Amino acid sequence: MTNNNNNDSELDELLPWHAAGTLSRRDAQRVEDALGKDPELARRYSLVREELGETIHLNESLGAPSARVMEQLFAKIDAEPARKPAVSLNLAARFSEFFASLSPRTLAYASGAAVLAIVLQAGIIAGVMLKDTGGAGYETASAPTTPPPGEGAFTLIRFAPQATQDDVTKFLEANKLSIAAGPMTGGLYKVRVGMTGIPKAELGNLVKKLQGDKTVNFIAVSE
Amino acid sequence: MQVLFARHHVRVYRFVLRLVRNEATAEDLISEVFLDIWRQAGKFEGRAAVSTWMLSIARFKALSTLRKRPEEELDAETAERIEDHADDPETTLAKKDKGAALRQCLSALSAEHREIIDLVYYHEKSVEEAAAIVGIPEATVKTRMFYARKKLSELLKEQGIDRGWP
Repeated sequence: MTNNNNNDSELDELLPWHAAGTLSRRDAQRVEDALGKDPELARRYSLVREELGETIHLNESLGAPSARVMEQLFAKIDAEPARKPAVSLNLAARFSEFFASLSPRTLAYASGAAVLAIVLQAGIIAGVMLKDTGGAGYETASAPTTPPPGEGAFTLIRFAPQATQDDVTKFLEANKLSIAAGPMTGGLYKVRVGMTGIPKAELGNLVKKLQGDKTVNFIAVSE
Repeated sequence: MQVLFARHHVRVYRFVLRLVRNEATAEDLISEVFLDIWRQAGKFEGRAAVSTWMLSIARFKALSTLRKRPEEELDAETAERIEDHADDPETTLAKKDKGAALRQCLSALSAEHREIIDLVYYHEKSVEEAAAIVGIPEATVKTRMFYARKKLSELLKEQGIDRGWP
């Protein structure tokens, strides 16, 4: 009897995590089994689910911070002393940790969004490439218009998921950019920003400028 | 850093805002939180999830700020209690809407209870992760959550909503 009471109280305590989907598979199964057999526990679980729903509602109604925060943060980061590259050594581990940090529900949404974004971007790039091929003029042997692959200055860009093919084409044309490779892991494209090498400071300024474009979701200098 | 910021800043902001209850302070704090994350990125050992690590830093900063202004916080808490228990038109309306009443009672919980409820329900933290963020044993996380929920039921009862638990 005492064992049963202890077990009931333990299961009762686990209900909030069961509702949030953060229990281990074993514990989740224990709670599921008990819910099927115990109507009173099932009733208490419905109370937990109400609390969960209203807590989410309450937090979501808090809104988001203003753009001032991001400006303030990146101004502070810019003012920081130069970082050593050692920081990014364990990048693979960080990626796996980042994904591990997402709940199964969030991960499912994120995966869906990522697949959609990749498919969309593949379409955009194919469109851009076909357009480029279609409009190609003649090229003299002595002065090619496109430098050999690998030459020039490059950035890595991920386009905003909501950017249309037209948006990307206009963005590339307006800034005299061309796609050199991609899509790569994470939906990134290697984009040529200059036919020859550009000084680091100038490249940094260009990246900052391009960062402000709504077509761009992420941009970084590429070696 | 931009990706990390874009992915997490809203949730970190909401977590901090629920603790400090002042939007301007919460905004200043998250800028500091992400600057610390930037500075300490090399020290992150991957033993916990990134969001757990972030929330730990955010919590530490929020509590440090609250400690610097105990009188203001006391005033805010007092004002909040007066508001929560008064039978004003807002309360009367809330009684008619269970969801609104529940949200009002969630806001009226103590900072300690609000924090654990937010971590479990909104930030989807497991027992282990919540323990790491708050810095308490896992068993205490479970009992604190239990008492937070019990208090919530008591507050609802005061508003005329009896949930039949505990």
